[in-house]
Amino acid sequence: MILNIESDLNRFRNIVRGKVRKDLKKYMANGEMVGKQGDKFVRIPLPQINIPRLRYGKNEAGGVGQGEGAEGEKVPGTGHEAGDQAGEHELDAELTIDELAEILGEELALPRIEPKGAKHLSSVRDRYTGITRVGPRALRHMRRTWRETLRRQMSTGTYDAANPVLVPQKDDFRFRSWNSKTEPQSAAAIIYVMDVSGSMGKEQKEIVRLEAFWIDTWLRAQYKHLETRFVIHDAAAREVDRDTFFRTRESGGTLISTAYKTVDAIVSADYPVEEWNLYVFQFSDGDNWSSSDTKLCMEMLQGQLLPKLNLFCYGQVESEYGSGQFINDLREHVGADERVVLSKIAERSDIMQSIKEFLGKGR
Amino acid sequence: MVEAFFKRPPRSLPPELEAERQRIEAIARAAGLDIFDTVFEMCDYDEINMLAAYGGFPTRYPHWRWGMEYLQMQKGYEYGLQKIYEMVINTNPAYAYLLDNNYHVDQKLVMAHVFGHVDFFKNNLWFANTNRKMLDSMADHAVRVRRIIDRVGESEVEAWLDVCLSCDNLIDPHLGHIVRTRREDDVDPPTDSGRLPASRYMDSYINPPEFLAELESKRVALEARARSFPETPVRDVLGFVLEHGRMQKWQRDILDIIRNEAYYFVPQMQTKVMNEGWASFWHTRLMTGQLLTDAEVIDYCDHHSGTTVMRPGQLNPYKVGIEVWRDIERRWDRGQFGKAWMDCEDEGARRDWDTKAGLGKEKIFEVRRTHNDVTFIDEFLTPELCRRIGLFTYEYDKRSGDFLLESREFDDIKQKLLFSLSTHGTPRISVTDGNHANRGELELTHDHEGVDVQVQWAETVLGNLARVWGRPVHLSTRLDDKTARMSHDGDKFLYDGPKIGKQGNA
Repeated sequence: MILNIESDLNRFRNIVRGKVRKDLKKYMANGEMVGKQGDKFVRIPLPQINIPRLRYGKNEAGGVGQGEGAEGEKVPGTGHEAGDQAGEHELDAELTIDELAEILGEELALPRIEPKGAKHLSSVRDRYTGITRVGPRALRHMRRTWRETLRRQMSTGTYDAANPVLVPQKDDFRFRSWNSKTEPQSAAAIIYVMDVSGSMGKEQKEIVRLEAFWIDTWLRAQYKHLETRFVIHDAAAREVDRDTFFRTRESGGTLISTAYKTVDAIVSADYPVEEWNLYVFQFSDGDNWSSSDTKLCMEMLQGQLLPKLNLFCYGQVESEYGSGQFINDLREHVGADERVVLSKIAERSDIMQSIKEFLGKGR
Repeated sequence: MVEAFFKRPPRSLPPELEAERQRIEAIARAAGLDIFDTVFEMCDYDEINMLAAYGGFPTRYPHWRWGMEYLQMQKGYEYGLQKIYEMVINTNPAYAYLLDNNYHVDQKLVMAHVFGHVDFFKNNLWFANTNRKMLDSMADHAVRVRRIIDRVGESEVEAWLDVCLSCDNLIDPHLGHIVRTRREDDVDPPTDSGRLPASRYMDSYINPPEFLAELESKRVALEARARSFPETPVRDVLGFVLEHGRMQKWQRDILDIIRNEAYYFVPQMQTKVMNEGWASFWHTRLMTGQLLTDAEVIDYCDHHSGTTVMRPGQLNPYKVGIEVWRDIERRWDRGQFGKAWMDCEDEGARRDWDTKAGLGKEKIFEVRRTHNDVTFIDEFLTPELCRRIGLFTYEYDKRSGDFLLESREFDDIKQKLLFSLSTHGTPRISVTDGNHANRGELELTHDHEGVDVQVQWAETVLGNLARVWGRPVHLSTRLDDKTARMSHDGDKFLYDGPKIGKQGNA
């Protein structure tokens, strides 16, 4: 049956997309969708889209219910939203990551990323297209098996057309089997680096979390295969998982070079430059302990890191403790490099702008 | 015919269900149900969700809200929250849909239930004026809207549909049953003064000043009424606007379609409790009487109790309906009606009252012919019944923001119930002046029954009405016990009344 509903459904999806587009800045700043991210879908809470009608105020009327309870007790199941008016629920609209990235791209005018050169992974996929003579019973290929049986019985003269009984023997059985196929795949890795020293507060971390969500969304739509790694540092650096990354808060000083060393180690170990598009996003409040360490950082960037990367992004979140000097040092030494993007994020509403700066280069 | 709607060959019942259908139909007819021929169509769950989103009709005009409802229905099904058991539409022949992966016992239950509905559609007075060819009309509406879209463009038409739909509850639910007769005082204002002929010396006796003053005031009133437009308030706001509003032809055509469909669904709203109760009453009667096999009893009980379950704080029309129907049958079987019964105050005597009148069956068929929900509850909900099914009223508590159980008094419950059944959440609004201030503006008046309108929505709706009417629109109402007036000229909303709170309630 061809469903008429398809076109109505598409119209509705367009309306949802329109709403998200309209309120994108709001969504980017308050992170409502971030927690509801699935593998392929993002759930977006929308107030149910209703056709407005002249009605009674929902709380005014009260109503008649059924069940147990004494006078003055709270009516179970009514909550704050009940009343006899339908359709006060929230609607959970689902958008695919791709759709969300498309909206993001259009709204921020982000250029598509051209994967560079021959950088790709070869991935091996197994497809059940082959036939073998041995295999598990569950994978029996009935038609082939009967055909072999028929062929054998006819050639040995045991086939009787008047009484067409086929009895397969061991050699007649055929089984489905897989063929391996190599498929090239454009692949990218993001390494997030964050300063977790005492000067980074809760709000700063939240900004980083939101930034990371949108960066993930965009890059995931650009590359078939995307990996993310997380590095935190204060005076020393270590690699952590996603959860820890956004939760950890340490105290103490800051040595940014330690993080760069860790990043370099990760890249050398797991991401050969010829196969991977590499991205590093660093977030910090711009406070480094010593100028000698800053010098070391610049050397490492120019000498080892930058040549391997598609993009190095540095986002400086404002905190009341940091001096904010590091962004100036970066601008002075590597600011001219086209692989480097520097952005200041003073507060949540700047997230949109900084994403635009980071991803606006199309690299 | 079905192919044209479904775009696939019809899937009639498999043989074993067809046999059941014939048997159930014969039993239903023998039990006294008077039904249209009923076509059952097998559907998979995607199709049934689609049909449910479309309100049971396979072909509707294109609109996004069908898509939204479909999506929600699908979610509900996937999460196992809701499952549509039966859907039947009021046409002749009636169409009903069966979900193909239901249990056999469910299919029987659904068929018996459907026959109950069809009997009700065919015989209840409130359905007497409904269009029994609505399947065709809906499809025809769809074609008309699609043609307009081809001519005018999709977004224009969609925006206009949204506008029209937001006014589609401003109709007169009793319109189909009103026979207009000439009013007694429907006379032209007199051209002369009305002074009685008298010779001069008798004049002050025949035409005293009081008499002359009364004549004058009558004349003024008549003149005022002749000038006013409409002469008397019109509740069918949509019809009034359709006739007199300034809009393009295609817009009028669409508004006409929306109004037409809105009126088609009115009787179903007016008889929800009765209708669901009646169908449940009959599926129980038929299933437990003759249809069930021993093996099916448990599943049947499980599913029947699912439809009549009482969720705390909610009113289940199936449950209330079936209880009232059973009570009517029992009371008339035992002669518990009439003056003697009403006068009897001895509880024991009332409990054991049985005159062996045996009029139950006759009575329920009579009631299903003439009543709607309001009169049904008004006449047949008794204090005993009310107590037995545990009804109560609740009220919104501003302090805690919760709904609190207010009362278990019969009179309170009945009043609340009747109020909600007669309004269905829609305020009673009429056109009182179609030429307000002699500037062609539309004046609406809310007949305030104690509950205020929701102001934020009123704003949007007035804006939409102003677009349909083509001139500014005003609504006079009461908020927080003070007069309030809202106006919209299509661009700007003006409000004059008490301060409005966050919730949109005054």
